[in-house]
Amino acid sequence: MRNCGIGGNSQFLNSESLNYFLMVRVQKLRKVFKKGTIDEKVAIDGITLHVKEGDFVTVIGSNGAGKTTLLNLIAGTFTTDEGEIFIDHTSVTRLPEHRRARYLGRIFQNPLMGTASTMTIEENLAMADLRGKPRGLRWGVTKSRREFYKETLKKLDLGLETRLKDSVSLLSGGQRQSLTLLMATLSLPKLLLLDEHTAALDPKTAQRVIELTEKVVRENHLTTIMVTHNMQQAIRYGNRMIMLHEGKVKFDVRGDDKNALTVEEVVKRFGADLKDEALLCA
Amino acid sequence: MDSILSGFLRTIPISLEQGLAYGLVALGIVITFRILSFPDLTVDGSFPLGAAVVARLIVEGVPPFYGICFAIVAGFLAGCCTGVLYTKLKINSLLAGILMMTVLYSFNLRIMGKSNIQLLTVDTFLTPLENLPVNRFIPIIAFFLVVSFGVKILTDLFMHTQLGFAMRATGDNEQMIRALGVNTDNTTILGLGISNAFVALSGALVAQDQGFSDVGMGIGMIVAGLASIIIGEALLGKHTVQRMTLAALIGSFLYKEIISIGLRLGLAPTDLKLATGIMVILALGIPALKREKEGKLHLRGV
Repeated sequence: MRNCGIGGNSQFLNSESLNYFLMVRVQKLRKVFKKGTIDEKVAIDGITLHVKEGDFVTVIGSNGAGKTTLLNLIAGTFTTDEGEIFIDHTSVTRLPEHRRARYLGRIFQNPLMGTASTMTIEENLAMADLRGKPRGLRWGVTKSRREFYKETLKKLDLGLETRLKDSVSLLSGGQRQSLTLLMATLSLPKLLLLDEHTAALDPKTAQRVIELTEKVVRENHLTTIMVTHNMQQAIRYGNRMIMLHEGKVKFDVRGDDKNALTVEEVVKRFGADLKDEALLCA
Repeated sequence: MDSILSGFLRTIPISLEQGLAYGLVALGIVITFRILSFPDLTVDGSFPLGAAVVARLIVEGVPPFYGICFAIVAGFLAGCCTGVLYTKLKINSLLAGILMMTVLYSFNLRIMGKSNIQLLTVDTFLTPLENLPVNRFIPIIAFFLVVSFGVKILTDLFMHTQLGFAMRATGDNEQMIRALGVNTDNTTILGLGISNAFVALSGALVAQDQGFSDVGMGIGMIVAGLASIIIGEALLGKHTVQRMTLAALIGSFLYKEIISIGLRLGLAPTDLKLATGIMVILALGIPALKREKEGKLHLRGV
């Protein structure tokens, strides 16, 4: 299956010279829910999106615009109806979710979803350490890795490095989301997917986590797609912003144009499409 | 008062023998209900499966040790079948277990060729131990101690390997561990296989201990196992894997002890399953009545 991806890719190389640096290529993606019923909904309507290596893309859009569906399609949680997805020049379109894991780090909105609560901090990190690798009968946590986890946890500045053997269920939402961020980036994924990962946190903690995210992404030069409800966040962070509306890319801005953007301007231009209150309040 | 106490003491060896032998069932249920969060009802069928396989093979003249090995393999395969029904055919987890339990009933009858086989007049794996020139309980209890704690320790070790982590995470947060690259179908099938291998081993040992295998000996096994776990966890908690497996064995002993005290106090043997059922209903129901959120069992596929 991977071969066919490379084949498709070489054909593409001829048509676009910059293709080399593209980490993610989403081609004419389409996803319809409840097809053939009266509840049929076109969630993603022919999206084509190319993300360069090292890009930090923020994604906004009202409820039902298709933001989370787009991430679910890239991660393989949902299967695609039409179109192709390439990550690092490999077609992953037909790979099941667990086989895409080696390319992807992912953080969900719900802090409970990124960690196994009945297991300890070090056990969670050890599982993330083996992202996409086969798991055998070796010890789950080794001495040398434990030291590495300690060093990594120190960067969070939450005192977790002294609590390696504590169950994750003892951590607060913000601590769990910070730990999830470490786990998602521990083995340096090709692509980091953030799905409103600060939305469920209180404003202060959310700010901490988003700053930490920015730092980790910058230091590791990670290609990132971040879905957010908070327009201020979307404008402030990252080097590119796209707005989805009814399953299509409505607006795509990057570089200096994006830096010059203000919330008022976006609301003025797209207010009619952004019925979402959370977005307008931002 | 004195007679109750002395009665209590006198039942301890029997409760130890049975509690440890049945403790392997509780260990198996820890893997499914607790670690995989999978309500596996295959147990009622895989327990007599282990007994049936070992009984038939011993009667056919196969050395008991090999009989036990075959019983373990049979239990493993039965558990894997339930796992395949759930993961590949997308059958509800409870129903998958019930289906396998029902199918195994016919299997067990086929294996034995009749509804029961007696093993009192043939040499079993336990016969050499029973022929030792000491009180029968000493070598038998020692044997079951070694086997049940051996299996417990192996389980603890396995659950701290990379694969064991993946299995625990499958029960805890399936979405998360799949996003980390684990095929949770495989960990579920493997876990169900291991669990039912323990249960079948228990069935194989119990059949030899009591001297017969009967097609109906698995009825209510899952509820009795759950009762054991609940009793053990009430005393020891369930914060770590080691605790949970220890709680299963201790709970299994205490369950047998409670039952034998009940019998002494006049509980009719026919009402045993009723009493066990009420015990489990109370243990599972009281947290709900107290409106405690934590008490709720998190189970997959139901």
